[in-house]
Amino acid sequence: MTETIVAIGTRKGLWIARSDDRTSWTLEGPHFLMSEVASVAIDTREGRSSVLAGVKSWHWGPTVQSSADGGRTWTESAERALAFPADTDTALERVWQLTPDPNDADVVWAGVEPHALFKSTDRGEHYELVRGLWNHPHRPSWEPGFGGGAVHTIVPEPGHPESVLVAMSAGGVYRSSDGGETWAPSNPGIRAGFMPDNEYPEYGQCVHKVARGQGDGELFAQNHNGVYRSHDNGATWDSIADGLPTDFGFTVLAHPRRAGVVWVVPVADAGERIPPGAQLQVQRSDDAGATWRQQDTGLPDHSYTCVLRDAAALDSAEPVGVYLGTRNGDVFASADEGESFQRIATQLPDVLVVRAAQIA
Amino acid sequence: MPSVPVRVILPGMLRDLVGGVSEIEVESPSESQTVAQLLDRAFAEHRVLDGKVRDERGEIRRHVKVFVNGEDATRGDGVGTPVPAGARVHIINAVSGG
Repeated sequence: MTETIVAIGTRKGLWIARSDDRTSWTLEGPHFLMSEVASVAIDTREGRSSVLAGVKSWHWGPTVQSSADGGRTWTESAERALAFPADTDTALERVWQLTPDPNDADVVWAGVEPHALFKSTDRGEHYELVRGLWNHPHRPSWEPGFGGGAVHTIVPEPGHPESVLVAMSAGGVYRSSDGGETWAPSNPGIRAGFMPDNEYPEYGQCVHKVARGQGDGELFAQNHNGVYRSHDNGATWDSIADGLPTDFGFTVLAHPRRAGVVWVVPVADAGERIPPGAQLQVQRSDDAGATWRQQDTGLPDHSYTCVLRDAAALDSAEPVGVYLGTRNGDVFASADEGESFQRIATQLPDVLVVRAAQIA
Repeated sequence: MPSVPVRVILPGMLRDLVGGVSEIEVESPSESQTVAQLLDRAFAEHRVLDGKVRDERGEIRRHVKVFVNGEDATRGDGVGTPVPAGARVHIINAVSGG
């Protein structure tokens, strides 16, 4: 029997919501109470029900925890399974992203703070620093965003194991076409309006999230002021912000099967981090950003919260489920691609990450 | 004549990771030892503790304190602080968070 699970990482622990029908939900937790959970991956490759979580204790530092039973029981990874090598003289601050690779069921990527990418080839047991990105000559000039300086987005290309894209705040998009050995910035068309002179620099953009669409070479990006589409796998970017109530936001989601279907969760402005008009909402496009429509049924008005970079997710069911977690500890779920939402959790700590999947 | 061992006292939050152990006794070497050397010895059989107390550079984590005979080592020479034979070394989680 298939079960839908929603992993909810917060500032003070991890909760797991479960449902057999995406209508009635149970909530389990907290796991890792008082530790920050900024990254979660649900690994369903090869029929697994594994969950990985990047957990940081305020006192005892960061680690990666794993579960083989869909988040019911957890094991801490081996000692310093994810750590900077001695020659870097650098300490891991936080694991911001865990991404199972679609091309190799043993590979898991990790994006961390400070800006770095790690790769595991044993399903997340141990990780190695990706030296090609660490040694990039631009690295000293990558600036931290408000949430810290991190590789927070990793987008492998299905069918092309040599092709990987990462995004960071504030460094922009970088791509590798040789499996991570070498990297080049890839931000043509992405505006950095906060830069005093050149608003279209080679790198330094504050990219908040990138999602891979199903069109040929289709990617979508939500930036610090700016929403973009790429049709050439990130080589170039075009604004698709027209028609949105605002071009600011943190997250973007792309339909796992239908080209051109994309959601963003708009935020009023960089200086006003609340929903536009205080109405929590998602904006959906079915034509790759040419037009947008608001979806807010079941989402609260008079809402002064915010959905952070990784605090939204899709599942893989038909129709696709849409999930949002807010900074005031609510989690909303839609089982009909955003047409209507219900609250499945409330009064949690600030939600940092939401991931959803169907598991056996 | 054997020297008096150093007692490393663990905070409650770490004891669960090592089966409820609250204190680790470490034999004092004939030569003086630093906090770093003491922790190497204390954690030799409790490796999980090392990553909690020190980062991968070997530095005491920002919100962890190590007191040697009541003196805060992180305000002095850090992991280079000398630890005399017979010392009582407290590891505590700093009062922080929200």
